[in-house]
Amino acid sequence: MSERINSDADSHADSHADDHGHADDHGHVDDHGHVAVDVTTLDAELIEGPSVATADVAEYALWLGDDSLILAQQLGAWISRAPELEEDVALGNVALDLIGHARSLLHYAGTASNRTEDDLAYWRTEPDFRSLHIVEQPNGDFAHTIARQFIVAHYLFELYSRLRASADATLAAIAAKAVKEVDYHRDHSTQWVLRLAHGTDESRRRMITALSDLWPYVDEVFRDNPLIDRLEGIAVRPSTLRSAFDAAIAPVLAEAELEIARGFVASGGGRTGTHSEHLAFLLAEMQVLTRAHPGASW
Amino acid sequence: MVTTDRHSSELHEALARPRPPDAVSLAAWAVAAQVVDPEIPVLTIEDLGVLRSVKVSSDAVAVTLTPTYSGCPAMDAMRDDVLEVLTGAGYENVSVQLVLSPAWTTDWMSEIGKAKLREYGIAAPTGRATVRGSGPAGPIRLQLAVKCPRCSSLNTRELAHFGSTSCKSLYECRDCLEPFDYFKVL
Repeated sequence: MSERINSDADSHADSHADDHGHADDHGHVDDHGHVAVDVTTLDAELIEGPSVATADVAEYALWLGDDSLILAQQLGAWISRAPELEEDVALGNVALDLIGHARSLLHYAGTASNRTEDDLAYWRTEPDFRSLHIVEQPNGDFAHTIARQFIVAHYLFELYSRLRASADATLAAIAAKAVKEVDYHRDHSTQWVLRLAHGTDESRRRMITALSDLWPYVDEVFRDNPLIDRLEGIAVRPSTLRSAFDAAIAPVLAEAELEIARGFVASGGGRTGTHSEHLAFLLAEMQVLTRAHPGASW
Repeated sequence: MVTTDRHSSELHEALARPRPPDAVSLAAWAVAAQVVDPEIPVLTIEDLGVLRSVKVSSDAVAVTLTPTYSGCPAMDAMRDDVLEVLTGAGYENVSVQLVLSPAWTTDWMSEIGKAKLREYGIAAPTGRATVRGSGPAGPIRLQLAVKCPRCSSLNTRELAHFGSTSCKSLYECRDCLEPFDYFKVL
């Protein structure tokens, strides 16, 4: 995560001031603004212009970026340990997509405070993270990971589908790219939910256990927050995604003959820095190398 | 309706490969366009639709690329290669930026690129991204048959949704029994 992402509609206009062909001659208007990664651009140059996130937008980008980052870190742990080689590859690829989203989002979040994506990923402590509890839940057995993927991928698909229409050009551009990728994650987890539910007695038992273990953390995903009120038109209101989420998973659960165990609801609190007991351990592992060798690169 | 089709295909091509209008920039575009995908070395960044703009000004060259997938690690190599090939051709002050918008799609892959892919042993994307129906589409999702690049049989099946790189999935041919990569529609 050593590169810089630059989203700057104005500098785009400036640098292409005489390049009208870019937008006009080809019948394409870049209405999502311009999001760019530039290894050679210095931080000082990045914080100029309108692509600098406001404090509120930065906080929102941090929420979404942290969800992707933490989930990616979790999935990476499956590589070489999944039930079959194809799954090592699949979960690794899903993690890679999520890291891509996290980089874009954390870079954008960092523009508000002149921090890089690496600063945010490696140098914040647990209370400064904003991840949802569901992405912090341990990998468990393979069924737990699939249940978590099933829930999160369906949520992310609905989220990014709507975030494409954000009034914030950078968020809209990131979402337009991400939605196509999480669509594949959704397919992948759906196939596994069906296979495990209709596999052996043992796989079915595990799928049922996993879904009931993860379900208490679903509520937090769709909970609104004062920040969302302040970002009307920019952020997607989580509560508005719930019905689409329920409608998308219902036919899969019906085909899998799985029922949602409606029991207790976890307290949540990830968006305000109150985390599950799992996050600190995950961060310790994720951050140890950077902290042991500050500034190291290869 | 032939003229309409041709018009629409020209528009599509202009979006997939937005070549610069001025001759000086176009010459630099042609140099940058030689860079290949390090993981699929038969495809150039122009074939892929990854090369988005080349602009030569009085003292600098500005290039933009777009990633195929958000986390594609090949982008670093492509960016370095563009810098190297342009610098090697005598251009100075070359800069390469990555842009996310508009989001890349396999629809931008050139017909020549698809033919080269097949020859290389990778099945090319079948159908347009809109057929797959990403986004709030209808309930019916289509998956067109994927042709085996070895024996051209349509009797194939997906072994794994995700393959050796972000952009591919793993298939097997039920006739010649060989596994093969499929460049999936995005």
